[in-house]
Amino acid sequence: MSNLGDFRKDFDQLNSGDYVYFDNAATSQRPRQVLEAVSNFYKTANANPLRGLYDWSMAATDAYENSRAVVADFIGASRAEEIIFTRNTTESLNLVAYSYGLENVHEGDEIVISVMEHHSNMLPWQMVAKKNNAKLVFMEPLEDGTITEQEYKSKITDKTKIVAIGHVSNVMGVTNPVKEIAEYAHSKGAIVVVDGAQSAPHMKVDVKDLGADFFALSGHKMLAPMGIGALYGRYELLEQMQPFLRGGEMIEYVTREDATYAEIPHKFEAGTVNAGDAVGLAEAIKYIQNVGFDAIEAQEQKLTTMLMEGLAKLPYIKVYGSKDPKKHCGIVTFTMDGVHPHDMASILNDDHICVRAGHHCAQPLMQFIGAGSTARASVYFYNTESEVERFLDKLSKVREVMGYGA
Amino acid sequence: MELKQLYREIVNEHNLHPVHKGKMENPDLVLRGVNPSCGDDITLQLKIKDGVIVEGLYDGSGCAISQASVDMMVDQIVGKSKEDAIKLAGTFMGMIKGEVTDEESLEALDEAVALQDVAHMPARVKCAVLGWHTMQEMLEHPEKAQG
Repeated sequence: MSNLGDFRKDFDQLNSGDYVYFDNAATSQRPRQVLEAVSNFYKTANANPLRGLYDWSMAATDAYENSRAVVADFIGASRAEEIIFTRNTTESLNLVAYSYGLENVHEGDEIVISVMEHHSNMLPWQMVAKKNNAKLVFMEPLEDGTITEQEYKSKITDKTKIVAIGHVSNVMGVTNPVKEIAEYAHSKGAIVVVDGAQSAPHMKVDVKDLGADFFALSGHKMLAPMGIGALYGRYELLEQMQPFLRGGEMIEYVTREDATYAEIPHKFEAGTVNAGDAVGLAEAIKYIQNVGFDAIEAQEQKLTTMLMEGLAKLPYIKVYGSKDPKKHCGIVTFTMDGVHPHDMASILNDDHICVRAGHHCAQPLMQFIGAGSTARASVYFYNTESEVERFLDKLSKVREVMGYGA
Repeated sequence: MELKQLYREIVNEHNLHPVHKGKMENPDLVLRGVNPSCGDDITLQLKIKDGVIVEGLYDGSGCAISQASVDMMVDQIVGKSKEDAIKLAGTFMGMIKGEVTDEESLEALDEAVALQDVAHMPARVKCAVLGWHTMQEMLEHPEKAQG
């Protein structure tokens, strides 16, 4: 197994002071190798990709298309053309909603999502349902975050055209039974869209094995720069879809009145592409593969166990989701009696500890679990046991600062 | 003021033992103020007589800074004319934005001056100004605030 301490040395910002960064579910830190790969692209292969007939442009094209192949291999796509580069998961999911959803969901049809979805996997489907007079149906989890077989079988029916589900909840940390849900959805003739923003950084993903027809991920949550993400789409589906954005670099032939479009994936990548950050994403994937998912999961589970055991000793803390640290994917969401999460986060920040507080872009879930707002600590492989200890120590002093005695 | 000191010496007292929290019978003006991103949610209730605020209460929930700020605000505005209260809201919001810093102007805010350091906490500005913004809105646009 790799020595994780060595990897931490690659993250300049983590080593720049005494900050504890526990907001990895929002965005990760980035290692030097990724930043250098982006910088090298602009220093050595900088030209507009995909159209020039000269060496530099061909170098840019190669760098960009090689990155696509790396992403395809990372999530088990059968061919590189099934990967479309986007800005992030939100854009990937909107692409599916606009280009597939609006065309294929009709009046009286149903779209099934879960109440745990991030707004980015909820609002696009609300839009499709409203526009086409379809119905948006919500699967609801048990208190520990589990969506039961009975639940998904009662919500997915012959009317269902799309099932859109988060692979891992950004609040509960629970991994949803996507494979089982996909199998059932397919038996009902629906297609399956998976929001992989919180899973791709933490576990080996195989889109074929999962049964995902579409799978969306964000680079910035997995060591890559902000502003690069990807959408996997099954080849046959992408081929029949209309473009999402129209303009340069996505055409075959254009007249005054009409246009035919380029082959996939370029049909979905209008305008000059973000090649530099695509190169960064490929480098991030190589970095993650070098660390290894076994080591990543082991470290996250160790830290999550410490976190949850420590929090369990504080009687005024309530943790959401499963009691089992293994079912949290490094995400621990909690509240403190009498203390608003924003006050908690401000006081922790005073001690140089970074946690998220608020509704985590999942307001319907907050309503469902009966919390107006929560705090969330989320770890990644580069976090350490001593950081967890410091977090627990400082957290145990927050109530005193808020006037609740010692 | 250091953050923890601000909580210990000013915010906690108003948050844990508010003086002006409650529901009012027959208020003249009622307006709800919400920070959707963090869930601060207050309802401000005022009684006005001859252009003067004669009674004020707020109800609701939220972070300690939002609650303490509105409690201090009600302390300040009862007994003031509508015009003076609106002016005071301008001074407070100017202070929080870091635009009003001279001592003479700030003196009018009395205890609420303690929240001046929120100007250095961009994430908490909305919490501090919620009550003041709601008060200004209801006095300037009473048609929106009919109970």
